Amino acid sequence: MSLTNEIIQQRLTEKFGDLVGGFTTSYGMLQFEAPKEINLKVLNFCYDDPQLGFLFLTDLTGVHYPDQKGRELAVVYHLHNLKENIRLRFKVFTAIEQPDVYTATGLFSSANWMERETYDFFGIHFVGHPNLKRILNVDEMDYFPMRKEFPLEDQTRIDKDDEMFGRG
Amino acid sequence: MSEHIKLPEGSIEKTTTTLNLGPTHPATHGVMQNILELDGERIVSADQTIGYIHRAFEKLAERRPLAQITTLTDRLNYCSSPLNNMGWHMTCEKLLGITTPKRVDYLRVIVMELSRIADHLICNSIMGVDAGAYTGFLYVMQYRELIYEIYEEICGARLTTNMGRIGGFERNFNDIAFQKLEKFLEEYPKALKEFENMFQRNRIFMDRTIGVGGISAERALNYGFTGPNLRAAGVDYDVRVHSPYSSYQDFEFTIPVGSTGDSYDRWLVREQEMWQSLSIIRQAYQKVQSFTGAEAEVYHADVPEYYLPAKQDVYTKMEALIYHFKIIMGETDIPSGEVYHSVEGGNGELGFYLISDGGRAPYRLHFRRPCFIYYQAFEELIKGAMLSDAIITMSSLNLIAGEMDA
Repeated sequence: MSLTNEIIQQRLTEKFGDLVGGFTTSYGMLQFEAPKEINLKVLNFCYDDPQLGFLFLTDLTGVHYPDQKGRELAVVYHLHNLKENIRLRFKVFTAIEQPDVYTATGLFSSANWMERETYDFFGIHFVGHPNLKRILNVDEMDYFPMRKEFPLEDQTRIDKDDEMFGRG
Repeated sequence: MSEHIKLPEGSIEKTTTTLNLGPTHPATHGVMQNILELDGERIVSADQTIGYIHRAFEKLAERRPLAQITTLTDRLNYCSSPLNNMGWHMTCEKLLGITTPKRVDYLRVIVMELSRIADHLICNSIMGVDAGAYTGFLYVMQYRELIYEIYEEICGARLTTNMGRIGGFERNFNDIAFQKLEKFLEEYPKALKEFENMFQRNRIFMDRTIGVGGISAERALNYGFTGPNLRAAGVDYDVRVHSPYSSYQDFEFTIPVGSTGDSYDRWLVREQEMWQSLSIIRQAYQKVQSFTGAEAEVYHADVPEYYLPAKQDVYTKMEALIYHFKIIMGETDIPSGEVYHSVEGGNGELGFYLISDGGRAPYRLHFRRPCFIYYQAFEELIKGAMLSDAIITMSSLNLIAGEMDA
């Protein structure tokens, strides 16, 4: 009855074989990744499989890894099986040149705004999203601010004109 | 809806009225806009715009050492800042592998439940205001004030508290804090009962809220509802019970659930949760009092790398000086790893997804903000309802713009 990380891993590898991989457990939570082409298949399987039953999308967000060539952007799904009370973290990676990932809105209504937010900040294009436009930033913005090429100002920089800051 | 909007101005083919509800409207209780299409007084569709107070917290956090991010969490759900603070500290502690002493856990429980009461109290009384009953709101505000005075004794601040540190609290609770807590525990139940009597079986309030803005359990789960809004729809999911943190497993309490998921059920669930919170605070206070000797003085874990040393030690001891410098300048490298931690916030599961690459600041920090996620169901909740129902549905959802826009 009780679902464990091992059973989830076993079920997923039975179904998808080598396509799902990178299984690790971090702080008790199972984590794995799959190619972006099958993200919906994996999510659907996690949702529909009677043994898995991950009906609740806790969180969906993006991460930018500029140093990983060909897999610069990650979409991270946190799923929760409320009955068994077990969570998992599922990642898909995509190249920044063509950041297309299928939308999960067909499965989870909650993905709508979370994907819009991820698009807004990382520029990940969710294919099939009903209303993919910016949500927190202004519509006119022409860049994706959470990407790492926009670093915050270095607090220790010395090229500031001190007089402008009342410190001259 | 959009085809209506695209019709030229003054077009006689347009049969509906477009109404801007917000961004600054007294009934939205926060900066958010709703473009409503109205057929008479019935809502045909709603288009929500949010982000008016977006402050880029997730980006800012990528340059800040852990301790400095606490102030950002204050400003998420500012009706219950200590809850966010504690959630953030616990996330850091999970990443760093710190276990806190029991007394710290219990003190945290007291603070967290106090802020839950403050949060629910605002939401429920504001619902009264939106239904035309201002008195209850003004009456219970003095008890929120009492809670804020307790915060002041604990951390010196009222609204954006920046309370606690990684590993515990910055100082022990003083006697005045406990006196004020006792005063609160004694006086508040009476007022809460009065408040409850004013609304719970009030014919006007019931007519305004029953069957308004309802949602089924399936839809609520699909929309990612958490907290009182999900429980009002009949799902007994509560992070405090499902994944106990801060020693919640040591407490006896029940999780109130509703059945129809409408505004009235949401109100009732919050009301009952306040009673449960009171009971938890009493239990926690008893447990705190039961500590004796040196244990009764413990208010933080022994983690010198992350917990600021006492000021007199900084002036006299070498290690303390070094740690002080490293913490203040943010020069401590944090272990790399990925951690998700969530707490039961005022309006649902408040999650922190923290990725560290071993640097001094998080590589990526994402806040799972409950009201950002459930607000997208608003259109579904109010479609076909009256305009005045939309107002009360909105206030029953406990939307906090600061949390929504992060």
